[in-house]
Amino acid sequence: MIEFRMPSLGADMEDGVFVEWCVAPGEPVARGQVACVVETQKGAIEVEIWDAGTVARLIAEPGQRIPVGQTMAIVASAGEDWQAVATSTATLAAPAAAVAALSPLAQAPAAPAAGLPSQPARVPAATGRPALPPRASPAARRRAAELGVDLDALAAATAGAPINVAEVERAAATAAARTAATGAAEAGATAAAPAAASPEAAMRAAIAAAMTRSKREIPHYYLGSEIEVERALQWLEEFNAPRPLAQRVLFAALALRAVALALREVPDLNGRFVDGRFHRSEAIHVGVVTSLRGGGVVVPAVHDADRLTLPELMASLRDVVARARSGRLRSSDLADSTITLTNLGDLGVETVYGVIYPPQVALVGLGRVVSRAAVRGGAIVATRTVNATLSGDHRVTDGLAGARFLTALRARFDDPQAP
Amino acid sequence: MSATPETIRQAVIDSVRAIAPEADFAALDPRRPFREELDLDSFDFLNVLIELHARLGVEIPEADYGKLGTLEAILGYLAARLESA
Repeated sequence: MIEFRMPSLGADMEDGVFVEWCVAPGEPVARGQVACVVETQKGAIEVEIWDAGTVARLIAEPGQRIPVGQTMAIVASAGEDWQAVATSTATLAAPAAAVAALSPLAQAPAAPAAGLPSQPARVPAATGRPALPPRASPAARRRAAELGVDLDALAAATAGAPINVAEVERAAATAAARTAATGAAEAGATAAAPAAASPEAAMRAAIAAAMTRSKREIPHYYLGSEIEVERALQWLEEFNAPRPLAQRVLFAALALRAVALALREVPDLNGRFVDGRFHRSEAIHVGVVTSLRGGGVVVPAVHDADRLTLPELMASLRDVVARARSGRLRSSDLADSTITLTNLGDLGVETVYGVIYPPQVALVGLGRVVSRAAVRGGAIVATRTVNATLSGDHRVTDGLAGARFLTALRARFDDPQAP
Repeated sequence: MSATPETIRQAVIDSVRAIAPEADFAALDPRRPFREELDLDSFDFLNVLIELHARLGVEIPEADYGKLGTLEAILGYLAARLESA
């Protein structure tokens, strides 16, 4: 028996509004199949299932707000009788009821947090109120007063665990998103789908929450280097010349490949900082900052960017950017980036100093390509350059590692056809 | 294909709208940088060219991108290409 749960699609996500099922009880499911659609602050996301089996019982219902980690469906494993599994799990409550069932625990703020390991860290919209004053740090109380956050409600939602500033700010951001969404819904749209009512406001709140956490927790350092890309651009122009439009490779893909390959040489920039320590990642999944028409950004991942050929990488990038812009992202696009690349391409400013997306530990920024005069062999020549920057996390690396990365990146741009 | 200036202009508008539905051609100055005015990044621009190819049958080589800076330039370029085709 497999429990299919609400996935976490980023450090800032606490819950999602269930939209619809794409599978039915009795239906066999394959690994990677889209099982349902969930509305998040990043838009509507198609959630994939990662275990093969047969759908036994669907628990989540449209319109329900479901916390990260909560079971949405039961899937029978290979060899199990799905109907028997469905019957044996019939007592499992629907998500709304499960949330309500947690309230008694939430009402016991004196209970040690360690006694509640199996509970979700936060239960949104909890109904209970603690009998004792909420436990919160003085800074958290001050911040709550500034932001108008109800500490009693927050204490109920955190099952009585001590409240810190981070949680107060997250609660304020979430409340702002909900208020904005609800306000728009009341203005005449369907009230059943609050997250869809004002996606811009919800997305802005999600970005604010993630970036606030980043700037609070991550001691950033910033490095920058002007890198000549004339040779890479000329090589790419020759590469594209015989190719029809649909098979042309953009500089964005070449730059992504250069970043991924340079990362192999400085693996301490690639991974996640979780539970107070850095977990290096073998795989290089590059989150690509993608701006949306109408405002906001999403950062879908291009998986194994260092292992794809240039045309493969272009196809992957094209696919993910198109799906991001048409609102068809999947859970796997958002769940597991190990570093972020923000590439301003040929529009925009010359230099970008990015804010790291937690729990990642580095962000690479590429500015627009510009024409420059360079000195080569004592003569002034026309060339094209980009300003490459690295935002690094001082808990994991120093400027020396960052400098090694920028040097490796320069070498990659100098030799664009290297494997 | 008999391409009048009107059909070329309409093909350009339809191609851009397929990628950027909010594009406001009434407010667009045909002599200002086209991509900046319409906020088209390199992916958008490539997709616009693919749309244009589907509508007019003109495959624009990358080497000619520099001739496509403004709406006026694009219309002139396409007219010349269709004339010589």
